[in-house]
Order: sequence, then structure tokens, then C-alpha cells
Amino acid sequence: MSTQTLYDKLWQSHVVYEEPNGATLLYIDRHLVHEVTSPQAFEGLKIARRQPWRVKSVLAVPDHNVPTDHRDEGIKDPVSRLQVETLDQNCADFGITEFKMNDQRQGIVHVIGPEQGATLPGMTVVCGDSHTSTHGAFGALAHGIGTSEVEHVLATQCLVQKKSKAMLVKVDGQLGAGVSAKDVALSIIGKIGTAGGTGYAIEFAGSAIRGLSMEGRMTLCNMAIEGGARAGMVAVDETTIDYVKGRPYAPQGEQWDKAVAYWRTLVSDEGARFDAVVELKAGDIQPQVTWGTSPEMVVPVGAKVPDPAAEADPVKRTGMEHALKYMGLQANTPISEIAIDKVFIGSCTNSRIEDLRAAAAVAKGRTVAANVKLAMVVPGSGLVKAQAEAEGLDKVFLDAGFEWRDPGCSMCLAMNADRLEPGERCASTSNRNFEGRQGPGGRTHLVSPAMAAAAAVTGHFVDVRTLA
Amino acid sequence: MEKFVKLTGIAVPLDRPNVDTDAIIPKQFLKSIKRSGFGPNLFDEWRYLDVGEPGKDNSNRPLNPDFVLNQPRYAGASVLLARENFGCGSSREHAPWALEDYGFRAIIAPSFADIFYNNCFKNGMLPIVLDAAIVDQLFRETGNNEGYKLTVDLAAKQVVTPSGQAFPFEVDEFRRHCLLNGLDDIGLTLQHSDKIKAYEERRRQAEPWLFN
Repeated sequence: MSTQTLYDKLWQSHVVYEEPNGATLLYIDRHLVHEVTSPQAFEGLKIARRQPWRVKSVLAVPDHNVPTDHRDEGIKDPVSRLQVETLDQNCADFGITEFKMNDQRQGIVHVIGPEQGATLPGMTVVCGDSHTSTHGAFGALAHGIGTSEVEHVLATQCLVQKKSKAMLVKVDGQLGAGVSAKDVALSIIGKIGTAGGTGYAIEFAGSAIRGLSMEGRMTLCNMAIEGGARAGMVAVDETTIDYVKGRPYAPQGEQWDKAVAYWRTLVSDEGARFDAVVELKAGDIQPQVTWGTSPEMVVPVGAKVPDPAAEADPVKRTGMEHALKYMGLQANTPISEIAIDKVFIGSCTNSRIEDLRAAAAVAKGRTVAANVKLAMVVPGSGLVKAQAEAEGLDKVFLDAGFEWRDPGCSMCLAMNADRLEPGERCASTSNRNFEGRQGPGGRTHLVSPAMAAAAAVTGHFVDVRTLA
Repeated sequence: MEKFVKLTGIAVPLDRPNVDTDAIIPKQFLKSIKRSGFGPNLFDEWRYLDVGEPGKDNSNRPLNPDFVLNQPRYAGASVLLARENFGCGSSREHAPWALEDYGFRAIIAPSFADIFYNNCFKNGMLPIVLDAAIVDQLFRETGNNEGYKLTVDLAAKQVVTPSGQAFPFEVDEFRRHCLLNGLDDIGLTLQHSDKIKAYEERRRQAEPWLFN
């Protein structure tokens, strides 16, 4: 047999049927569901009198609309509350396992799947959410789908798909101190552009990727979609297997041994062919800060806001001018001179225990700057929150003047009460700096957790490596 | 799903690259548990001068006169001309729902984001990829000629300008077939139920932990 990429292996092992025209029926092992993109799918099932094909493959959680404080008082916004109640009702009607808002296992869907071992190597994982690419960190084929496809997977356990092209993003070498997976992700997007991965499934490889923890790999795969790729993935190794072992949904005993033997094959074969290869040197990667309204509008913290006048492509130039106007920034301003109003540490990109540790290490013994109106830390799940509290991280944050909240998507997309006011500028560990993403008129700068904490305690962007 | 065979309609040029689905339909409207009614909030932050909220009466809101959809010459448009990477970002199917509810049935751009592109076909909406140079030409012609209409012919796989110039486009045959016939693809997949069951049985033997 010819050599195969990891993507080839994952794809091939899930083909149920291939039409002569190339349309493939692909089997889905795990279906994660949240409250925003599922109500219309459940309604479709009910209207057609269909039942979920394999109800045990589905795991549901409310995350986008949930409040991050005063949970005992319930959800105040009646529209948000109805959406969460609709999920509760649909899960009850169809017998789907749901971690409800006040369950300690509740959290952001892309945090709890891996945390529970519901995401396993070799799986196909889908969710009505573009950041489903996160789960590829486990050597799984994972991507976001629309609501029609949520209904399709519920009803048939399959999706009609066409195979993507394969891209290898190779990062070799050693990341510097203060440089994290988020900086790697933003550097890659800066290099390939926000549409650079469109039509591709990306495998992240190289010694710097091997050196990342599972948390770091999840951050990286999470951002694959911001580079245009629906799926990102990392090959299975000991780090993967160690993380999965002992988790509630992970196999045990004899099944565990059998599973591990199979999972170890989930790597690209030596000499496997990719349609595109991108290489970065880990040692070149600096802490990153976005300056515009697309994740590709990113520069190292030591740089200046780019000048549209230097851009030759007229469509791009106009885009840059629009972005600078929206962001309220002047070309050639040093990034380190940009003052901020709010700080958000959280989201499916950066709300896991390692992220909170990195932010806390910077916050420890320091105080949130006077010009910062709000600095909030939103753990990715109730279990992450409990772990952080066991390590005393909550005290570190509270002592420094941060708010310590309950888990959810929160100000990544501001569907709940956590949001920016028009014109407010935020250092955010989330994944999208689109116009209005964190609240109408809000201005988002994407950074790593350590960089967000550094911005919080200084009041402006600063190279975290210079804070001794 | 509504069929799409052929359409002639006013084209409106949206001259921005990387239009994301947060811009197409902002998050506060995603709280709806329905599939319809998103049209009045399509491009909400660009279209109106105030902040939109679910339940707000959109008919009294101040319009942004500079936004292209608000220009009277483009009223009733059904073809959206866009720039590269249209529909990037969130997977929200509310984006094609909003476009469809507003009255769009076809979108022409040099490139689309994958998830958005896929979602369009599930909603009787045709996304068409044409060369950037051709899209540029259509932008110019639309801007220079009030009442400019394009004909989008899925059966013949071409876009035709008012002067009769035809631009062929590519589209996946399965998706074309579904759109031309308005087929529900869940029903199509369930025709393969026996194959899905046989596949499941094989996997259950090889990887039993997936079925715990």
C-alpha cells in the first residue's frame, strides 16, 4: 500500500459509501451539540418524525448563552434562557446526555469533549461550531458543520463529504520562553492568510508541535479555521495517550490496550505526500498581537501597526484602511503604545488549565492597571475552574484585581451579558477579531494568555518577556 | 428545500474582502430558535446606524445611507456580488438563512469559506466562484449601470450579463443535482441505511470502545 497522511487514514477509515461522482458518505463517531446551532435541527427531526441514529454518540452542553456570574439566579435574558431551555427539552425528548448549566462538568463544548475523553484519537468529531477543529489535536478528524448538517448527522450518523486537500504545516525547533501555541497559531495565520487553508485539512507537525502539551495542540488546531481550514490535526504520540488515559469516556482494561495499539498508527507515513507544505522556524516566532479585524492582520508585539500605503493590492489596501478606521488606530503606531480598556482571558482557544497557569504566572504579585475597566478570567469548564482553584490560581487573579467567573463562551462572542461597549479596546485570548465580535463597535486584539495578563497589569500591550 | 434552476435578478456589489458570518448576521440574533425571520438583520451593523437587538422593530431604525444594500437602485436584489473569502469565520447557518430571507438566491465571489459554501447548498442558495478578474468586471458593470441584472443558470452552469456575455462556472455534480431538484439529502442518505448499519457493525468489531 502506498504511503498515507494522517488525514488519508482518518478519512479512509470512515468511508461508508462512495458515489461514482466522488461524494462520500462519511461516518461520524462523536457529535457534540450546543444550544445555538441545534434548535432548528431538532425541530427538523421532530417535523420529519425521525429519531437520532445513535443517541449515545451525542453529547450536549449549553455554553454560548450561559451567564458567567450569579448562576444561581438563572439566565436573565429571556431570549437566551429560552434557547438554553430548548436544548434541555430537546435532550430530554431524545434521551441525549447533557451537562446542564449547573453541572460541574459543564463548560465550553470544545473544552469538555477532550476533558471527558469523549474526543478520542481516530474519531470523526463534528459540532455545529467552526471551532470543532480543536479536537483534531487528538489525531481525530474534526470539523464544524452547519445546522442542516447537525440534523443530518443526528438522523443518519453520516455526512455527505468531499475529501479536502492535505496541507502540512511544519514547525521545527524550540519555542522561546514566553512564546505559546497561540503565538504559533497567529504566526501561521499571518503567513498563510485567513483563506490560506481554504479547501485543506491541515496537519501540524515538527519538533515544536511535538513539544506542545495537549492544551497547546488544542489551541493550535482550534485556530486552523481562522486560517480557512475546516480541520486541523496533530498525530498521536505519548502526550496524546497520556492525556486520554483514565478520562470518563476513555476505554479501559483490555479495550484500552487495543485502542492504544491502534491509535499509535495514527501518524502520517514517512514520505506521505501533501498538496501544500508550509514551514516555520519555532525560534523566529515572537509573541503576537492582532491590529485589525481579521486574524491575518497580525504582527509581533515589537512591531508597528502596518501602513496601508505600503500595500500594492488595492482590495487589500481598502481592507486595511477599513480595519484601521474601525479599530481607531493610526498606521505606524508601535503596538506597545496601544492602551486597552478590557481584558478577556477565556474561550475555546485559551481557557484550559495551562492557559490559566500562564496568565496567573504573569498576574502574580502585580495589579491590574488603573486604566483597565475590567479584566476577566473565564475558565473553560467547571472542572478547569475547580483545578485552578485547587492550585490557588483564583486567589492570584482576584488579588491582582481580575474577576474570576463561571465557565462559558462569554466575551469571545458576547452572546451572554459579557461584552465590549462601542469603541472599547480589548486584549483577548479568543480567536476572532471581527468587527462587532465582542460587542457592537468593540475592538479586539488577539493575544496569548500570558500577553493578555501582561496587558492587564501594564494597561497597554507589552512584550511579556520584558516583565521580569 | 426550494429548487434552484435559473434566476435573473438585480446584482448588488459588496466591495469588501473576508466578509465574515459575524458581519452577515451578528450574534445577538443567533438566540432565535427558528430558521426564518433573519432578513431584516442581515449585515445589521453595517446596514443600520444604531445597535440591533432581537425583538426590536427594524422598520423604525436609522439606516446607514452609505451601505450598498440601502441604496434604492439595488432594492429587490437577488444576486450578491462579493470579494474573496466570503462567509469566513463562524459556521452559523443563520448566515445563509439571513441572506435567503432578505431575498438573495445567488452569491458570486472569487472564493468562499468552506463551511459557509457548504451551508448555502442546504438552503437553496447558489454560491458561484468566478475568476477575480471576471468578478472585477461584474463589479464595474454593476456600479456603472443602474438596474443591472445578472442571469444565473444552474442548469447550463453559467452566469450571463445583460449584454449576453456568458461566464461558465464549476459546481459539484451532487450538489447541483440536489439544488436543481430541491432534494432533501437526509432522505437520500437514509436510502443507504443498510450500508451504514454494515459499516457500524465492522467498526464495532474493530473499535468496540467507540460504541461504549
